[in-house]
Amino acid sequence: MRLELEKRPERSKIMAVVSPIAAVVATLLTGAVIFAAIGIPPLKGLWVFFLEPFSSLWSIEELVVKATPLILIGIGLSIAYRANVWNIGAEGQLTAGALAGSLVPIFANSWQSPLTLVAMLALGVLGGMLWGLIPALLKIKSGANEILVSLMLVYVAQLLLDWLVRGPWRDPHGYNFPKSVSFDGWQTMPTIGDGRLNWGILFALVAAVALAVLLRRTMKGFEIRVLGEAPRAGRFAGFSSDRMVVFAFLVSGGLAGLAGVIELTSTVGQLQPNISPGYGFTAIIVAFLGRLDPIGVIVAALMLAVSYLGGEAAQVALGLSDKAARVFQGVLLFWVLACDTLILYRLRFVPGLPAGETAR
Amino acid sequence: MNVSQPSPQGTGETGATSEFLVEARGIVKRFGDFTANDHVDLAIRPGEIHALLGENGAGKSTLVKMIYGSLQPTEGRFFWHGEPVTIADPGTARRLGIGMVFQHFSLFEALSVTENIALALTGDHDMKALGERIARVSRDYGLPLEPRATVADLSVGERQRIEIVRCLLQEPRLLIMDEPTAVLTPQEADQLFLTLERLASEGCAVLYISHRLEEVKRLCHASTILRHGKVVARVDPSLETAASLARLMVGAEIHSIRPKQPRTGGPTRLYCDNLDLAANGPFAVALAAVTLEVRAGEILAIAGVAGNGQSELFDALSGERRVDRPGAVVIEGTPCGHLGVTARRALGAAFVPEERLGHGAVPAFRLSENVILTRDTLVSDAMRRIAGFLDFRRAGKTAARVAQTFDVRKGKPDPEARSLSGGNLQKFVVGRELDRKPLVLVVNQPTWGVDAGAAALIRQALVDLAGEGAGVLMISQDLDEIFEIAHRIAVISRGHLSPGYDAHVMSLEKIGLLMGGAHGGPAHVDEAVKLREHDGHAP
Repeated sequence: MRLELEKRPERSKIMAVVSPIAAVVATLLTGAVIFAAIGIPPLKGLWVFFLEPFSSLWSIEELVVKATPLILIGIGLSIAYRANVWNIGAEGQLTAGALAGSLVPIFANSWQSPLTLVAMLALGVLGGMLWGLIPALLKIKSGANEILVSLMLVYVAQLLLDWLVRGPWRDPHGYNFPKSVSFDGWQTMPTIGDGRLNWGILFALVAAVALAVLLRRTMKGFEIRVLGEAPRAGRFAGFSSDRMVVFAFLVSGGLAGLAGVIELTSTVGQLQPNISPGYGFTAIIVAFLGRLDPIGVIVAALMLAVSYLGGEAAQVALGLSDKAARVFQGVLLFWVLACDTLILYRLRFVPGLPAGETAR
Repeated sequence: MNVSQPSPQGTGETGATSEFLVEARGIVKRFGDFTANDHVDLAIRPGEIHALLGENGAGKSTLVKMIYGSLQPTEGRFFWHGEPVTIADPGTARRLGIGMVFQHFSLFEALSVTENIALALTGDHDMKALGERIARVSRDYGLPLEPRATVADLSVGERQRIEIVRCLLQEPRLLIMDEPTAVLTPQEADQLFLTLERLASEGCAVLYISHRLEEVKRLCHASTILRHGKVVARVDPSLETAASLARLMVGAEIHSIRPKQPRTGGPTRLYCDNLDLAANGPFAVALAAVTLEVRAGEILAIAGVAGNGQSELFDALSGERRVDRPGAVVIEGTPCGHLGVTARRALGAAFVPEERLGHGAVPAFRLSENVILTRDTLVSDAMRRIAGFLDFRRAGKTAARVAQTFDVRKGKPDPEARSLSGGNLQKFVVGRELDRKPLVLVVNQPTWGVDAGAAALIRQALVDLAGEGAGVLMISQDLDEIFEIAHRIAVISRGHLSPGYDAHVMSLEKIGLLMGGAHGGPAHVDEAVKLREHDGHAP
């Protein structure tokens, strides 16, 4: 007897639903084994890591706050990856968006009205779009690889931020710390309730639903899917790959920029050298875990947010290294990819000896 | 078994050896509820060219995939020289000495010919020596190949040569060929037959899958005919007629095509004026001053060997590649050389490309979604039109209508395009365009790799379309098809297009010479013969 993968004639609808659930269950089992292997009672480990984040209102709010930028960036990247456009530089577009949004409090510090926030958000989107436009234009004008260009622009944006907060944009009354002035009033995102939960999540959910509708029901979404699946057929349908590269970078860059300015106006509160714990890169995993589908991305973003919070909790309660979160993210990604295989393939047992032994 | 015995080989009956090289006994293959092969028996002798016949969906591909180890039977066993074997994977099949040339090629487009072949061979290879070996083998067998060429730049016909040479390098005992002549000229097909006959005389068995019954009659020693997954007959094809073979395959008479209407000389539908198109790759073909005219009510066929500019011409006509001069392409009186494919469709043109999967249709999309591909007006009411919402219900209805009109056989109401067989998908792709009632139809290789029943249906549809007053431009390598339905015939060679000649003044020989690069009228044929000899072409 041996196990064999057999290609299905079509994608299995049942497995498309079962696969992510199976992946989560398998991740929990693997986690239990890992905890047992390092001498932590498995159930206690799982509780601290995966369930405690849901045990108090505070941590649920924190979960949502962490998921917000992941959703915004993840849905944008989903659109790009669906269209076969490989934007790896969302972290840079996030930074560029944060910088653009900061123009308002830094150069018009006294302007306080609801429009202040609107202007900051709009500038954030614009900044992310412009930063995304650079790899897009280089790709269609000179064939430069968008993966490399967008990735390298991350470091350009971060160094620009670093220079600005240490130099021209430094708070003159900030005792030489590399920080800009603190934002307040309409320069920050209103909170929901009295915790850290803020309006950002509403932007993320509205954007996710809008993109889901775009992708599923509209001509533009059809164009994205055709060009990603079969570029030649896309050209035959009269769609332009070049225009799609620009569109995908504008959408994903703009959303990353929005995520940047929302982070800035809610949890960070001022410009400083580090404004994001790598949300732009984590969102790549989020996009794939969410099957490049905006609604799926919401779920995936919450899952990765759990692993962040669980990792912090495990450091405190179990004395685990902060690398534990990475391990669980890796295990989860592994199981998701493994289970996804079953959407296009089925497992079957083949009677007889293994291959090779029968050839003689 | 009732297998005919034209080949005298037989290795005796001692021990476990058998007179058969390979035998399938009681093979059953089920996909879910669907039984693709139902207790199929097949036996091939060494040195025998054995035809496997059947309509699309009869189970031929499933059977050969099991022989080649890429699928496993649900029941039944295979025997190799009388010994039971489990062909667990293609590697096992290759070690046994089974080579296969697939209908859909599995080549890496970004790699060269040599690199692609090296990937299929086991062990390390000196690439330079391998390249020389490829050049030599391909030359010996009359399948010329440039080892350093990049696959992406090669035509379908040339890609097939890579697959054949790849098998030949492994010195197979059994060579499986799936629709090999679908992409070849008569001369190339003849050369291939010589190759196969030579292999057979060397003791190699050939399992030959084809819809072209004339060539099966001529080439094959024995045949097994499948219908709905079951063996319905084993006959010696040389003793049959094409019609009797077709009857066995289909289980009914193939409808012969109603005769085409005579040309009426109606208004010009499609006009091409000195169309030039630069080559867009090192191995691509440039179009040079292509001039053609298709009038209402006629079918103009463009014959030619694969890779002589057919795909480039198709792209230039469809607008997938544009030219600066609007007047180079004129559809329904509107110069549109500079316009894209959507604008040309709006003028009443429809296009069917050569490659069904990935060009004419998106493999992972359902048929209803593939309907939208060439009909972007499928946006619902005016309010929604602004936002670009699609009307999937209407698309579904269109898909169902096309499937019904063109007899597209499918396992479920709205399957993904890749799950259809080649013939059924082609019927769908052609039907989708005809459903729009086009004034101009440009179709490239309308029946490539399509079974006899589907081919007849598609050709009839083209004839009917012309009869209704549309202009049809058909690019094809199938000369039988061209003579069957075309009013006029032009030949493309190295990006040059000959004038169109009335079909009844053309002969196979003249077309063959024009394919070789002779231009001007048929009066220049003598010159052409000399030219070809000068060029070093085999006649």
